[in-house]
Amino acid sequence: MNFFLLSAIKMAMVMGVLMLTLLYLQWAERKVVAHIQVRLGPYRVGPHGLLQPIADTLKLLLKEDLTPPGVNKGLYVFAPFLAITLSLISIVVIPFGPAIEVAGVQTWMQLTDLNVGVVFVLAISSLAVYGIVLAGWASNSKYPLLGSLRSAAQMISYELPLGLTIAAPLLMANTLSLREIVLSQSHYYWGWIPAWNVLHGPLPQVIAFVVFMIAAFAETNRIPFDLPEAETELVAGFHTEYSSMKFAGFFMAEYANMFTVCSMATVLFLGGWLPPWPAEKGSVFFPSVMFAAAGLIALRHGLYRARPRDRRSFQVIAMVSFGLAALFLIPAFAQFFSPLFWFGLKTGLLLFTFIWVRGTLPRFRYDQLMRFAWSFLFPVAAVNLMATALLVAIFG
Amino acid sequence: MTLNMGPQHPSTHGVLRMVLELDGETVTNVECDIGYLHTGIEKEFEQKTWQQAVTLTDRIDYLCPLTNNLCYCLAVEKLLGLEIPPAAQWMRVLLNELTRINSHLVWLGTHAMDLGAMSVFLYCFREREDILRIFEMFAGQRMMTSYFRIGGLALDPPRGWQHAVKKFIDAFPSRVDQYEDLLTNNPIWLKRTKGVGYAPLEDLLDCGVTGPIIRAAGLAWDIRKSEPYSSYDKFDFDVPVRTESDVYARYQVRVEEMRQSARIVKQALEGMPPGPWKADAPHVVLPDREKMKTQIEALIYHFKIVTEGFRVPEGEVYQVVESPRGEMGYHVVSDGTSKPYRVFIHGPSFGNLQGLPLMIKGRLVSDAIAALGSTDFVLGDVDR
Repeated sequence: MNFFLLSAIKMAMVMGVLMLTLLYLQWAERKVVAHIQVRLGPYRVGPHGLLQPIADTLKLLLKEDLTPPGVNKGLYVFAPFLAITLSLISIVVIPFGPAIEVAGVQTWMQLTDLNVGVVFVLAISSLAVYGIVLAGWASNSKYPLLGSLRSAAQMISYELPLGLTIAAPLLMANTLSLREIVLSQSHYYWGWIPAWNVLHGPLPQVIAFVVFMIAAFAETNRIPFDLPEAETELVAGFHTEYSSMKFAGFFMAEYANMFTVCSMATVLFLGGWLPPWPAEKGSVFFPSVMFAAAGLIALRHGLYRARPRDRRSFQVIAMVSFGLAALFLIPAFAQFFSPLFWFGLKTGLLLFTFIWVRGTLPRFRYDQLMRFAWSFLFPVAAVNLMATALLVAIFG
Repeated sequence: MTLNMGPQHPSTHGVLRMVLELDGETVTNVECDIGYLHTGIEKEFEQKTWQQAVTLTDRIDYLCPLTNNLCYCLAVEKLLGLEIPPAAQWMRVLLNELTRINSHLVWLGTHAMDLGAMSVFLYCFREREDILRIFEMFAGQRMMTSYFRIGGLALDPPRGWQHAVKKFIDAFPSRVDQYEDLLTNNPIWLKRTKGVGYAPLEDLLDCGVTGPIIRAAGLAWDIRKSEPYSSYDKFDFDVPVRTESDVYARYQVRVEEMRQSARIVKQALEGMPPGPWKADAPHVVLPDREKMKTQIEALIYHFKIVTEGFRVPEGEVYQVVESPRGEMGYHVVSDGTSKPYRVFIHGPSFGNLQGLPLMIKGRLVSDAIAALGSTDFVLGDVDR
């Protein structure tokens, strides 16, 4: 098949799914945080607020696009574009699944496999700071300026431990291609324990994984490291002066970044699309069991008399879950979708951690944040890297 | 760089304007600009009859309306020489301590949110909602209760109030444990609050700072103990004191105060003496409906109080109470007519706000926010 046609089809599919994921990630965040905080969260627009993200997008589209006087117009408009472009671009190298064959055409569930995929993602994420710095500078306002300065310092500092932690699994996989890294984790110890990099010898990368996640929180400006937009200090940080779709651009960039780092963590440490135990030992049935259980729980709660509003919606959710459970029993369907399921599940759990932490922790102070990066994360990551290198040299 | 923080800023809690002189992120100088919430309430007192003026007091420090009610009523009652029946006094104590809990909950929630811990805010407001429901039960109003009147209470307590208060107070200590679980030993919280916003005791005293802030600086100064009013001397409670004088110490003091207030409420609930809710003073307290319909004297008093208001003998009095924010004083002057000649209010927030620059100078912007939250001022109380 024509390479360009194939790429275009894949691109459209990835883009569509990604945009939907980003929209509903925001919905999920609001729901999860709401339930942590004994609230209901979005409930009015559609059943369980499922149409809320669309309503929000429409609202932002219809808002007046205000350009405050005195801004550097070119950069002011350019900054959100840069932020969103850079946050979306890393997706191209992330492998979502293995090679598949559709209608005689064989292809990988990945847009492109750069042989320097990891370096590419690192480079792009280093560039991401430009969006924020330009926004802060071009706004010609003090709060955004402070926010963007904080952000620049923070992102540059956390880039280092992030890079060092990524280097450790690279040493073990001996490749820079993300696809190869996943494939290197594909065997099992004693037939059960997966050889993911967090569990894989010679040195299990648990420390690297934890440090990576902490640095990822800082890279994506999330609580407890959300200083660039610390709303109680800097009003809204670097995007104080932005409104309408320009603001939505930054907003979406944040979620896209979250998605990217979580996918990176999945690929580098958690074995990407690989199931946690071998398919022949029953992991093919896991999606069916999970969806069936979800369906049963929804059904059970739908029958609960004290929840009259859920009586209809939960039945529908239960039916959809049962349907998915049945679909995953069909081998042809499962062959395509179980890798995606595992990838989604792992990434989803990591994203849930992001949201969970947001509902729990207070925020660091600026200087504490820097000290944490330089005097704790950086040495830990460096020691871990050296230990890995040594062990790989001896046993690898 | 000069940064204008407020009057519209998410964490100035109202309309305080702070002019910060920044060097990088370090605050070199700070100036608080107040007056954005000036309401002229003090002047308005002079237009109302003595009893009507109670409704104004709610609106001064809107987080502890009942404490304001109490302070004003006590002052006027002192001028009138009224004897308040014990049941009413105990009920005043009970509701006052619920108000204290309410106010501290708002403080804890907003303070934690300023430092980024969003969930604590909603947990606190969950309990605050319970308290406001209790207030609504008593007074028909959630915030502007005006439930204390000169001569006692506005209404008889509603049926089943004991049950509502008991239910709340039994559950409350475990709720405070929940907040503490999230904050007290949280390393990030400790880092953000320990040693932050320090100001020495002497300087704070010079600025006129009172309440939890001064107790966190090492001075055991609580009006409820030193000049007991409304039978506070009959209750058993501790005054928490810390010596660190930082944001964390203020946090500890206030959290402990919530627990102590719960203790007082419990004592008031269990030991509530029987008796009337209003003083036996027909020239001040409105007669009940039954009496008014059957006795001519009661009808005359009713007519006089409703049309003209009662007269208060000439003189002046200064009454202090311990509000959740510190020492609240009402200086009431009467010229013998049915309207106050002058009511001067000493708001605790005003003094506390004077201590704020001491805590902020030389620190980072983030510390300024932490210190700001720990002073717990209400702008309505500052500007009046």
